[in-house]
Amino acid sequence: MNSDKPSSNQQAAIRAEGLTKTYGSGESTVYALRGVDLSVPRGEMVVLLGPSGSGKSTLLNILGGLDSPTEGRVFFGSDELTAFDDRHLTQFRREYVGFVFQFYNLIPSLTARENVALVTEIARDPMTPEQALELVGLGQRMNHFPAQLSGGEQQRVAIARAIAKQPRVLLCDEPTGALDSKTGIVVLEAIARVNHELGTTTMVITHNAAIARMADRILTMADGRIQNIEQNTTPCAPAELSW
Amino acid sequence: MVIEFLAPLDRKLLRDLWAIKGQALAIAVVIGCGVGMYLMSKGMLASLAETRAAYYERYRFADIWAPVKRAPEALLEQIAELPGVRRAETRIRAGVILDVEGAAAPITGEIQSLPAIPGPHINDFVLRRGRYPDPVREEEVLALEAFAEAHQLEPGDHLYAILNGTKKKLTVTGVVLSPEYVYAISPGEIVPDKKRFGVLWMNLEALANAFDLDGAFNEAVLLASPGENTDALLEQLDLLLKRYGATGAYGREQQISDQFLTNEIQQLETMGRLLPPIFLLVAAFLLNVVIGRLVDTEREQIGLLKAFGYSNGAVARHYLKMIGLVTLLGIVIGIALGLWLGHGLARMYMDYFKFPFLLFRAPPDVYLVGIGFSLVIAAAGTFGAVRRVVRLDPAVAMVPPPPPDYSRSAIWLERLARWIDQPSRMILRHLYRWPRRAAMTTIGIAMSMGLLIGSSFSLDAMLYMVDISFNVIDRQDVTVNFVEPRNVRAVQDVLHAPGAMHAEPFRAIPVVLRNGTHNRREAIIGLQPNAELSRVVDTELRPVVLPGYGIVLSDKLAELLDIRSGEFLRVEVRTGRRPELDVQVSGIVKTYMGTAAYMDLEVMNRILKDDIAISGTYLLVDPDLTEEFYQALKNTPVVAGVSLQEQAQDAFYETLQESLGTFVFFNTLFAGLIALGVVYNSARISLSERGRELASLRVLGLTRGEVSYILLGELALLTLLALPLGALLGYLLAWTLVQSFNTELFRIPLIISSSTYGYAVLVVLLSAAASGLLVHRRIQQLDLIAVLKTRE
Repeated sequence: MNSDKPSSNQQAAIRAEGLTKTYGSGESTVYALRGVDLSVPRGEMVVLLGPSGSGKSTLLNILGGLDSPTEGRVFFGSDELTAFDDRHLTQFRREYVGFVFQFYNLIPSLTARENVALVTEIARDPMTPEQALELVGLGQRMNHFPAQLSGGEQQRVAIARAIAKQPRVLLCDEPTGALDSKTGIVVLEAIARVNHELGTTTMVITHNAAIARMADRILTMADGRIQNIEQNTTPCAPAELSW
Repeated sequence: MVIEFLAPLDRKLLRDLWAIKGQALAIAVVIGCGVGMYLMSKGMLASLAETRAAYYERYRFADIWAPVKRAPEALLEQIAELPGVRRAETRIRAGVILDVEGAAAPITGEIQSLPAIPGPHINDFVLRRGRYPDPVREEEVLALEAFAEAHQLEPGDHLYAILNGTKKKLTVTGVVLSPEYVYAISPGEIVPDKKRFGVLWMNLEALANAFDLDGAFNEAVLLASPGENTDALLEQLDLLLKRYGATGAYGREQQISDQFLTNEIQQLETMGRLLPPIFLLVAAFLLNVVIGRLVDTEREQIGLLKAFGYSNGAVARHYLKMIGLVTLLGIVIGIALGLWLGHGLARMYMDYFKFPFLLFRAPPDVYLVGIGFSLVIAAAGTFGAVRRVVRLDPAVAMVPPPPPDYSRSAIWLERLARWIDQPSRMILRHLYRWPRRAAMTTIGIAMSMGLLIGSSFSLDAMLYMVDISFNVIDRQDVTVNFVEPRNVRAVQDVLHAPGAMHAEPFRAIPVVLRNGTHNRREAIIGLQPNAELSRVVDTELRPVVLPGYGIVLSDKLAELLDIRSGEFLRVEVRTGRRPELDVQVSGIVKTYMGTAAYMDLEVMNRILKDDIAISGTYLLVDPDLTEEFYQALKNTPVVAGVSLQEQAQDAFYETLQESLGTFVFFNTLFAGLIALGVVYNSARISLSERGRELASLRVLGLTRGEVSYILLGELALLTLLALPLGALLGYLLAWTLVQSFNTELFRIPLIISSSTYGYAVLVVLLSAAASGLLVHRRIQQLDLIAVLKTRE
């Protein structure tokens, strides 16, 4: 399966140095991240595991340009993300990052196609909404509104919306958290397909250790630190997963 | 902290309220405007009516006035014995020209005799300063306070008066108020002018000597027995006084000061009836939307409370308390506002209506009705939301609601959607999905605009009226009234005065007009058929040619007499030989002031069969010689009254600025607050409902501007939709006001200038923009991270 992937470039897509994130001050300081160093090579599928409060989401938000660290630096290619102001961060998200959320966050007043078009209209070199939806297997449901789609279908629309702009990175926060396992696998298949076919660097946050088996690299977080990095040379297809 | 002692639900209540404090305040302010407006107008109405009643009662304001040419004093006994008469007195009352040091133009005035015997009298006055004239001092007079103050006349000061052709130097000994001159206005004027209308009281003997009325009187004033039908009494008086040159007895409804007072009271009543409900309706709408939304967002909490064992009633009470608190705050604001406005209005009224006292005091029932009505409106507005709370099944409530279904869309909308970008599609579909809310917002904004137009238009109407009156109908510079009707040659005398350029005579004769059971005491104005100065014009402002033998009536007079053009009217002339004739109504003209009737001057004089006579003349005066002309007039014995167009116009504008200006200012403020309240609340609700959606868009890379567009674009669209509707509502409100301000004194034309529409549009747009800005700042602060984790 690994061979299907475009040759993986060893240059890092995202690099983080000494990321610390704290909330509050003095005695009540809460550490969300305690000095995280990380380098994600281009085209890799990374799964972030860890219990609640381990800092997974904080890390993902900082890497995606939604949040800024208290200390440390983040590089996207050669650009330093941590030096960007709000306007540049918006621009960064607009052009390079695709987000998939646990609760889909689709716009209820727009159809599947229009939800995707919302992003393609403002992107620099997008695929068509139709192509994006075909990629996640929803070519037949393009004109349906979110209220007319199942949870799994909604999440696949969200994935299509995230990848339609051909982002450099796809960040997924608990994408299967609200879905049953069968539907979850369909969604993971869509994510894996994007990762393989478009070579999009992908990071998936999950509680679910079973999902980790599809990753190239598994990061385990605890207490604001990366506790363990595991290279998986034989990632399996989502269809082979079960939980 | 107090909050520690409260039950948990009440703590939640206070914290929830604090969280929506901006919206709650906006609603409370709108309720407050309604309650305040109601309290002010109803309270002022009650205060004015009560003050008037007390003043009239205490100072024995006459029920009936019976002017005659000259009647012997002995007649008083017979008058007093007429059935229904409680008390009768006689007096001398005459028109005078006054001259005060420093006043360039002659001043029109009235002079009355002081009763010979001291003691309580009919139309007694209130001595404010100084003393009563010494009965043996001929030159001592009392002066009306407003006039005295306008000319800084204090007891001991002098002024001049032309009494029946003789100029006399008089000394003011006291300054008084009189129930007959609460609204001190010169006959024929529209607004009072303290400077140019004066009233004096003089010893009877001195005045009788001056007017050659020794042992005689020229007006009887009467108090009627309580509950007496004055119509019969008026008839009897006219019969009794016929041979003494009676021009027709009249009651309070035709006494000019009381007429204006009644008019004002009527306007207050209309205002109190029409405007507060608009505010309260908007408040009901706001409560409906805000509380409805609150209940929707808290459905899980409601389910939880019920699951824990709180009864339906307890949960409903929780929300009712919240509604009650907001309404209560509104009522408190309203009462404070009402009292403040009421006291302000009372002060303003004291400037126009000269009462010895005028305290703003709203009777308890006004408070009760205002409070009760607010509560009813609040209950009506939130009924649906509270019912939803009661009906919510706990099991259902704790499951989050499914995403709103937008799949049912209109074909036209989808066709349109093809051509526009996704954010605009979101706007249109959202509006289509929640049409009721969109309609309510639009109507709310439209109402504020309507209110603005409906209250500002009166300024347009007034300005139009003034323009028509001074530039189309009455184009003379000066109107001169003679002491007695004169031969037309008197015009030549006036024309000899320096500066007098052109004169057109007129005659006014007192008549009683009858049509079946309807009758009116009026004056018919005789004009030259080809008059250029004071003219009769139709609705298209074209001069109306006065018919040969016929009468032209103002539409209001025709309405009062229930007569149509072509029908015959009984005219009983109350002067000269007192002929009674049937005259055909040859035309009805639209007039905005008074109840006029016109005839051809020559025909009038032929009918009266007396030496061709006129009552006065209209004049054009050379503007460079005005001073000289005025000086000559002051020394012309035959002149009894002068009205100066330019000064009347100035006085009118001044009054308009002061009274209507203030009124329009407050209405602008209130309307702006409504618009702000509606738009701000709608925007906040949209934001709280769609915050997650909008934050998601920000995460996807849409800029703040692009996200604001979705929310504010919708409001902008609704605001734009509201503009034509607001213009229509404004027109309807103006129309309603025009209908209810239709009185004998005034009819307001339905004139709304485009600048009034423009002004209303501007106020609405500015208010909307201000609310938009407030909400835009909130969009800046959307929490992007929370969005990723939370379910709605």
